[in-house]
Amino acid sequence: MAANTVLNYLPRKSFVHGLTGATKLAFFLLFTFASMITYDTRVLIGLMAVSFAAFKASRIKLREVRFMLVFMLVFLILNNVFIYLFSPEQGVEIYGTRHVIVTLFWRYTITWEQLFYTLNISLKYFVALPVAILFISATDPSEFAASLNRIGVSYRVGYSVAIALRYIPDIQRDYHSISQAQQARGVELGKSEKLSARLKNSVNILLPLILSSLARIDTISNAMELRGFGKKKKRTWYVQRPFARNDYLVLALGVALLLASLVITFWDGDRFFNPFV
Amino acid sequence: MKNSSIKTVVAVGIGAALFFVLGRFVAIPSGVPNTNISLQYAILGMLAAMYGPVAGGLIGFIGHTLIDLSWGGSPWWSWVIASTLVGVIVGLTAKKMALSEGDFGKGKLALFAVANVVANAVSWLLVAPGLDILIYAEPADKVFTQGAFAAIVNSLTAVIVGGLLVAAFCKTIAKKGSLDKE
Repeated sequence: MAANTVLNYLPRKSFVHGLTGATKLAFFLLFTFASMITYDTRVLIGLMAVSFAAFKASRIKLREVRFMLVFMLVFLILNNVFIYLFSPEQGVEIYGTRHVIVTLFWRYTITWEQLFYTLNISLKYFVALPVAILFISATDPSEFAASLNRIGVSYRVGYSVAIALRYIPDIQRDYHSISQAQQARGVELGKSEKLSARLKNSVNILLPLILSSLARIDTISNAMELRGFGKKKKRTWYVQRPFARNDYLVLALGVALLLASLVITFWDGDRFFNPFV
Repeated sequence: MKNSSIKTVVAVGIGAALFFVLGRFVAIPSGVPNTNISLQYAILGMLAAMYGPVAGGLIGFIGHTLIDLSWGGSPWWSWVIASTLVGVIVGLTAKKMALSEGDFGKGKLALFAVANVVANAVSWLLVAPGLDILIYAEPADKVFTQGAFAAIVNSLTAVIVGGLLVAAFCKTIAKKGSLDKE
């Protein structure tokens, strides 16, 4: 399937690949939620261990996902730099104490609190990243729609997602050919044009793209109507597999992790683990 | 009625694919370093105004989630929700706009512009930074600066590019009563 290239699906035989798509989707959501809510360093380290173990179990090699790793690393560093530039005292505000290491200039000091806060933010990325990569790389995109339906999303929405994944490569190709055809006629989007001209030129490319997409919407919806789409309340899926023992185990683990991280995080009434008091 | 619900399903799918392609692969430099014009919000505004709030919201949600996933991270939910909200708010004007009738006068243009500015302002000045603080405990100064920048750039793109697109699109539709008896 062409959408493989979009979301970087890497098929192989492993524990993670053997799970149904619905299990992976549910676990991904539970896990992201757990890692999103908590700022408790102990919980984050625990979740990170699970996350890394899952990555190991998938037999996906680091270099296969290098692009995503590099991108996230750059994003993480930029984000941390911006946070520091905008509020170098955020950590102090959160943890309520102030241990200065050095004073740089003006309002920029380095405090243990700020460093600890930055560490926690970075930890959060490293917790979420392997599971997110696994979810994308170990789930067959054609299983997406069935998985969404399985966890309770309406099958119409599932179908929309399936259509999106199916047509992304087509639309990308359309965009490419339209933009080259327009460039041949002198429509330029690059830096050599003024900003207002760039915006106007983009309309010359977008309009054919929109018109062909609207025609496409008509064709597809007519075809679906002819086949009786939406007549029944439910539908079955060719790719759907029944849950096996491992699926139930992983789902239970996901729920347990979420509950544990909620309990440990909010036990003392604060989202943050504070080593300073 | 039946057909229109199928059409919404397909419009969401194709719309999300358009949103994805424009957001992920198309970069038009804005002049400010490292920032690009997000053409996807022009398309989102236009499709939401055509197909309504449900379709608009879902296009924003699915499209933005897919973009984030394709970069390899878990979706940045606060901004995904903000994109959804842009689609919903602009979509609320769909009945009034009635774009399929093919006329896009000054009144409708103003409505389209106001809806897009309001939608982008609410989403990027209030919702996205608010959720960033709530969910991710990020510093307020940083997220509001980011939000303000996104609000300005996205409203401008949506109004200028989106408005030009809708106007051009309406010209391709034969209007009601456009035939004259000779």
